[in-house]
Amino acid sequence: MTLDLPLIWAGVIAVAVLMYVLLDGFDLGVGMLFPFATPKERDVMMDSVAPVWDGNETWLVLGGGGLFAAFPLAYATLMPALYIPILLMLMGLILRGVAFEFRLRGRRRGKAFWTAAFAGGSLIATVAQGLVLGGFIQGVAVRDGEFVGGPLDWLTPYSLLVAIGLIAGYVLLGAAWLVWRTEGELQTKSHRWTALAAAATAFLLGAASLATLFVHGRIAERWGFNYINADGLSLQVERLAPLLPIPLLGLLGLALVATGLRRRRDARPFVGAFMVFLSGYLGLAVGFFPHIVPYDLTFRQAANADNALGLMLVGVALLLPVILGYTVWVYWLFRGKVSADAGYH
Amino acid sequence: MDFDALILSRLQFAFTIAFHIIFPSFTIGLASFLAVLEGLWLFTRKDAFKTLYLFWVKIFAISFGMGVVSGVVLSYQLGTNWSAFSAVAAPVIGPLFAFEVLTAFFLEASFLGVMLFGWRKVGPGLHFASTTLVAIGTLISAFWIISANSWMQHPTGFTTLPDGSLRAVSWMQVIFSPTFPERFAHMVLAAYLTTALVVGAASAWRLLRRDEPVSRIALRMAIGMFAVVAPLQLIVGDLSGKEVLRVQPAKLAAIEAFWETRAEQPFHILAWPDRALEGNRFELSVPKVGSLITAGSIGAEVKGLNDFAPRDRPPVFIVFWAFRVMVGLGVLMILLGGWGAWLMWRTRGPEHSRPFLWAAVAMGPAGFVAVIAGWIVAEVGRQPFTIYGVLRTADAVSPVGAGQVSASLLAFLVVYGVVFSVGGLYILRLIAEGPSPDEPEGADPPLPDRPPGYALGAAPRAKDEALP
Repeated sequence: MTLDLPLIWAGVIAVAVLMYVLLDGFDLGVGMLFPFATPKERDVMMDSVAPVWDGNETWLVLGGGGLFAAFPLAYATLMPALYIPILLMLMGLILRGVAFEFRLRGRRRGKAFWTAAFAGGSLIATVAQGLVLGGFIQGVAVRDGEFVGGPLDWLTPYSLLVAIGLIAGYVLLGAAWLVWRTEGELQTKSHRWTALAAAATAFLLGAASLATLFVHGRIAERWGFNYINADGLSLQVERLAPLLPIPLLGLLGLALVATGLRRRRDARPFVGAFMVFLSGYLGLAVGFFPHIVPYDLTFRQAANADNALGLMLVGVALLLPVILGYTVWVYWLFRGKVSADAGYH
Repeated sequence: MDFDALILSRLQFAFTIAFHIIFPSFTIGLASFLAVLEGLWLFTRKDAFKTLYLFWVKIFAISFGMGVVSGVVLSYQLGTNWSAFSAVAAPVIGPLFAFEVLTAFFLEASFLGVMLFGWRKVGPGLHFASTTLVAIGTLISAFWIISANSWMQHPTGFTTLPDGSLRAVSWMQVIFSPTFPERFAHMVLAAYLTTALVVGAASAWRLLRRDEPVSRIALRMAIGMFAVVAPLQLIVGDLSGKEVLRVQPAKLAAIEAFWETRAEQPFHILAWPDRALEGNRFELSVPKVGSLITAGSIGAEVKGLNDFAPRDRPPVFIVFWAFRVMVGLGVLMILLGGWGAWLMWRTRGPEHSRPFLWAAVAMGPAGFVAVIAGWIVAEVGRQPFTIYGVLRTADAVSPVGAGQVSASLLAFLVVYGVVFSVGGLYILRLIAEGPSPDEPEGADPPLPDRPPGYALGAAPRAKDEALP
């Protein structure tokens, strides 16, 4: 039996990106909620993510480093194509990343500045990731394995819609995290934030999903819609039907968020938010798979040499379970409600 | 391809990577130092070690955070600015980067959380294990990145396909390329020295103002590192230089500003090398010693830059001077170590010599300067190639416009300018406040029970007697 290395690696990268979106998603969301909290609440919010944010962000390095290592042609075309949003994302992540320590060390003005930097950096990084995602879905101009488009190709109403949707989604994750991990006044506020963010996410995810159908004829075709060849719109139910579990998963997630909030099951909205994200993620993947640079390069064309993929697969098979193991252990260690004196040093 | 985008991308890469290397070169050493401190504390139960740990871990947290965020930039910048390099090199060094993430980054990031926030969540043994794992993670990370860099300096174990892309044929030769051992040792020792110099300077600064037992201990530990590691670094550096002579003769010629190929090369203490002139405008030299230092004997013939086509010559002026800055500082470190060791051995102690304390303070930043100078020698000396002899830097750049790159370079200058100054300020402020034995933030892991039958089982837990 020979392993289909490119396919396995496409799966590994997809899991890394999903892990990143889910995990850094909630701590970016917590950052974007900063402006709506009192100074004391902000300290608790930060304490709730401080022990884990660095590990969360490492999934982004695995996504980027993994893309470089497993699909170099995709990395070499996507990065120049999305130059400005990628760099914007990095700037945002720098500002919010250093804020974790700098906020503790700053005096009055410094603390205010790094509080703003944490919120602003989280927002910049989220918007930039939305623009990257939107720019990616709408496709990248490639000829002879090289990016040939313009520097602002990614900037369209569609990518802006995706960016706004991602803000709502990350805020939902962040607010649901706070419902789970905090108590008292802050938790009550988080309930309200979660409800609002869930409504906004539902609306924007729906709007972005519809818009995605019109971004590229291929995507609509995948979902069974056809508005290119036929005169008028046609629908092939047999194509749509097997994909229906994906939007249903999202609806189920929203329902969990709603019932969790109503019945005070603190962890449930967070699980629901995860499901909403998983649904959106799978929904998008259906549209562009098997392309890794939509819509010019498939993951097979972009894959690295088999001996490189094989070597790395040994590493992943041995190490990823260990990584997941100690990641779970760290989360378990810092489980429970965050108290106001949870700081360190 | 856009010539200005090339220059700007090179500037941006140089700026972001020089900024980044400051933090790993400090945190690699500091993580090991913290592991030693915590181990000593668990072993001896002297509170001084815990006080030092809790003090330096704060500085570690700030530096590590800056290292993480500036490092994420690099993992994406290879694609945004050097996409042609990525496409060519990934089949060979892609796995090295992937292994760095899998073996080091997750380990460091996850156990850093336990190290910083786990004092009251885990027992002392598990906490010590977390510190140790972070320290090991920093070394593993250095292993992979130096492995990738060594391969770019002297690529082995690969073949070039007809379409110009590369394929690994021996992973052992890729990962352990011939110059890797010396480079890895050189970098790790540099990191340990850099940390020791900062610890020494911080302790000396405290001791200049008041006599403080914990700072005395830290100063002695730092002196021990200077005295042992600085001379060792000279030897390892020399071995590394011998490898450069063997595999990158053009770089060596640039380091020494040799233009003519000859035996009995002079050693230029100072020079003003000029590429247009193909010679030195000015030089202060010791005759014949150049061949002795670089090749081991006065009679050895050493290649000069004029033996290489002008388009294959690295910049000389920068490489020559960066090397002299690095070696000059290295010599000062050895002298500082010798002086400190002599004071410890022959006098009442180094804390009583104000000139020595001032010298230690002055040498605080020397490690950072030497590390950056050393990397300038390595990287600028490799030019005009990105992968030596395989891929020219001009062919490695992304198809991006000068406008975008100037915008991002400007943004990096501003953001890093703010982050670096503020981070530096906070670290200096912590150092000025100094270690405080009363731990205002009161993180105190539970002491393990003394074994039954322990002679002093009923005695009160002693605070370190040396402390006030």
